[in-house]
Amino acid sequence: MPATAAEETQTGTLFLLCLASWAIPGAGHLWLGRRSKGLIFLVALPLMFAIGVAIRGRLFPFELSDPLVGLAALANLGIGATYFVANALGYGLGDVRAVTYEYGNAFLIVAGLLNMLVVIDAYDLAMGRK
Amino acid sequence: MQSHLLLMAIFAFFVSLVFAVIAKDDVADQLRFGGMMFGGFLASAVVLGWLMYPFPF
Repeated sequence: MPATAAEETQTGTLFLLCLASWAIPGAGHLWLGRRSKGLIFLVALPLMFAIGVAIRGRLFPFELSDPLVGLAALANLGIGATYFVANALGYGLGDVRAVTYEYGNAFLIVAGLLNMLVVIDAYDLAMGRK
Repeated sequence: MQSHLLLMAIFAFFVSLVFAVIAKDDVADQLRFGGMMFGGFLASAVVLGWLMYPFPF
């Protein structure tokens, strides 16, 4: 059975919500009126990402020949627009000699993964599951 | 900022914060859940650190 216009509109809105939530951490929750949650995500996740960059973590390249590097790059990308801003400004090159290099990687990867969870949470809220 | 303990505590703080805010709606529940998770992170790190202490590498 083909989707009705209302269903298509809802799907489009949901897609936009998820896209906004991914691009700007917390934007989805702010959109849905969950102001305090949205503001916490908006501050905490980019700050975690910034700390990862500051302590010489690396934004991994998309190398399909090395699956673990590719997965790390995918996790890095989870933080959304911040990833592209950091890349454009030349941050996130990483310094493997730094004692905090691995910690930096953990901060960058986990910030991206947490933002993916935030996107899923915003989707659940929009669907009325929470 | 090169203290591994401090970095681990900061990492644990952020992860606990985000999980608590996602999982709970009430502020008191968020504080309880986040505090327990943060404490669990720190306690696990200390216990694992001591367990690994005898290893030569």
